[in-house]
Amino acid sequence: MHSDDVVWSMLGNRQFCSYKMTTKTQNFCRNEYNLTGLCNRSSCPLANSQYATVREEKGRCYLYMKTIERAAFPRRLWERVLLSKNYEKALEEIDENLIYWPRFIRHKCKQRFTKITQYLIRIRKLTLKRQRKLVPLRRKIERRENRREEKALIAAQLDNAIEKELLERLKQDTYGDIYNFPIHAFDKALQQQEAESESESDAEREEEDEDDEDVDKREFVEAEDSELSDFEDMDKLETSSEEEQEEEEEVEKKASHSKWKGKTPLKGPARRKRPYIEIEYEEETEPSTKTKTA
Amino acid sequence: DLTAGTASLGGEEEHGPVPGDGAGPPAPERVLFPPTFSVSEIKNKQRRHFMFLRWKQQQRKEKLALKKKRRKEREALGDKAPPKAVPKTIENQRVYDETTVDPNDEEVAFDEATDEFAPYFNRQTVPKILITTSDRPRGRTVRFCEQLATVIPNSHVYYRRGLALKRIIPQCIARDFTDLIVINEDRKIPNGLVLSHLPDGPTAHFRMSSVRLRKEIKRKGKEPTEHVPEVILNNFTTRLGHSIGRMFAALFPHNPQFIGRQVATFHNQRDYIFFRFHRYIFKSEKKVGIQELGPRFTLKLRSLQKGTFDSKFGEYEWIHKRREMDRSRRKFHL
Repeated sequence: MHSDDVVWSMLGNRQFCSYKMTTKTQNFCRNEYNLTGLCNRSSCPLANSQYATVREEKGRCYLYMKTIERAAFPRRLWERVLLSKNYEKALEEIDENLIYWPRFIRHKCKQRFTKITQYLIRIRKLTLKRQRKLVPLRRKIERRENRREEKALIAAQLDNAIEKELLERLKQDTYGDIYNFPIHAFDKALQQQEAESESESDAEREEEDEDDEDVDKREFVEAEDSELSDFEDMDKLETSSEEEQEEEEEVEKKASHSKWKGKTPLKGPARRKRPYIEIEYEEETEPSTKTKTA
Repeated sequence: DLTAGTASLGGEEEHGPVPGDGAGPPAPERVLFPPTFSVSEIKNKQRRHFMFLRWKQQQRKEKLALKKKRRKEREALGDKAPPKAVPKTIENQRVYDETTVDPNDEEVAFDEATDEFAPYFNRQTVPKILITTSDRPRGRTVRFCEQLATVIPNSHVYYRRGLALKRIIPQCIARDFTDLIVINEDRKIPNGLVLSHLPDGPTAHFRMSSVRLRKEIKRKGKEPTEHVPEVILNNFTTRLGHSIGRMFAALFPHNPQFIGRQVATFHNQRDYIFFRFHRYIFKSEKKVGIQELGPRFTLKLRSLQKGTFDSKFGEYEWIHKRREMDRSRRKFHL
């Protein structure tokens, strides 16, 4: 027994113990038979000739005991007792085996046994749940895939592709009557003209009426843009569907105002449309005045 | 003097008057090198560098001269000139896939009329989507899920809370969900997507990369509104690509609200599917402006499984096998 003190004063305090792990706040003991895991005078399995631990193997718990009588026989030093699976019974077995042993060791053995059973229960519960499968990444392959993705992105030219697709859809009239662009209106009006044969005479009449204004307006507009011809034709072809188109354009104007709330204001052809809308209004009033005079 | 100069030119290049300064005398028009001379043999680094630059200049000049000559020939021929050669691209050189879908193929049309998406395409079902994640999602994934939910109409985000997918699926079917999206997360970023069509539909597992949330997108617009967006599916050519394209189309309701002017794009390029969400505006009949709104990500298909999610006993239609399928750089599967 007195050699314990010597051992402790050598290993524990002063000299090097290979199981000892020091950290800033505490010292730990890496010895597998250690009861608490700390490096203490009472927990050191080397410095206590009467010692006991609880360890588990493959889900079963064993009580290991070491007595001073066997200190000379290292092979038979640790005596192993299998503890029962039942928690209370196992605690009683510990008590039985460690009867007349120091209180500290008994207490710590039971504590350790409790902890072990708790983590065994947890393991069993977790294996029933879904396991996360960890798949190792291969660096070369990851790099290759990233690079290929970048190149594919460049080759895709996404913005162009999307714009092209949207314009295609516009051409194929999937949007119906929402958008009323000049060329579309022109095409539509053309179709209408071909359908209706009466419109021709009206068109000639209105042409003459328009000429007076168009001369003045023409000068004004030519300074602005070259889409003149389209608009002129559009005016010529404005017949019975005038009102409808005007209404549509009014609606569109209102809708467009509500649509383009905070965004860039309408540019280009939309702006240039407006004077022509005014022309159409005046066109409408003209026949009435004409009838009066006539 | 002249003869001496030319003799030295004939032998080596102008080594003498180039003691190692960067500028040196101007390079002569035609420089003669002995056949075994190479720039890399010069031991002096500065001189070697200089010689290399000189050589590069020459190469460039020759290339330019060649181009000019070709152009002149072309112009000289005029109409009879041969058509311009089309540069080879990976898309041009793609290995022809025998499962490429022909638009008029009857068999494909028949298959599509009877597969799991037929009820959707016949307007019998309205898509209702459940978006969830893997266990314990981190902030980025959660935010991504929320943004995805704003992009896809009629979708709901639910926390996973450790539930097993196999148990979730019958409950979803009972509550009339048509699709299930699970976003897998690793190390705080989303990196995988499982898309499962619910009443016994196929399950596709993708690897997700370059996820950008709304705040990380530059020049983005305002929030996506509640309008139903249009869908653009680009470049899904093969049978497999076709079925994946249909899967994506089945996420969105059939009647896009054009007033909303929003479009969701799934663009397939070399087996990478790029997802973008834009708002468009037609500036004229020939010009359209687009502004990116929502989240963006790229997907790469890993496996397609018949039936709902069952990784152990499911029947896989297609798995990406790296050893076999990644051998050729010109072969793509979607």
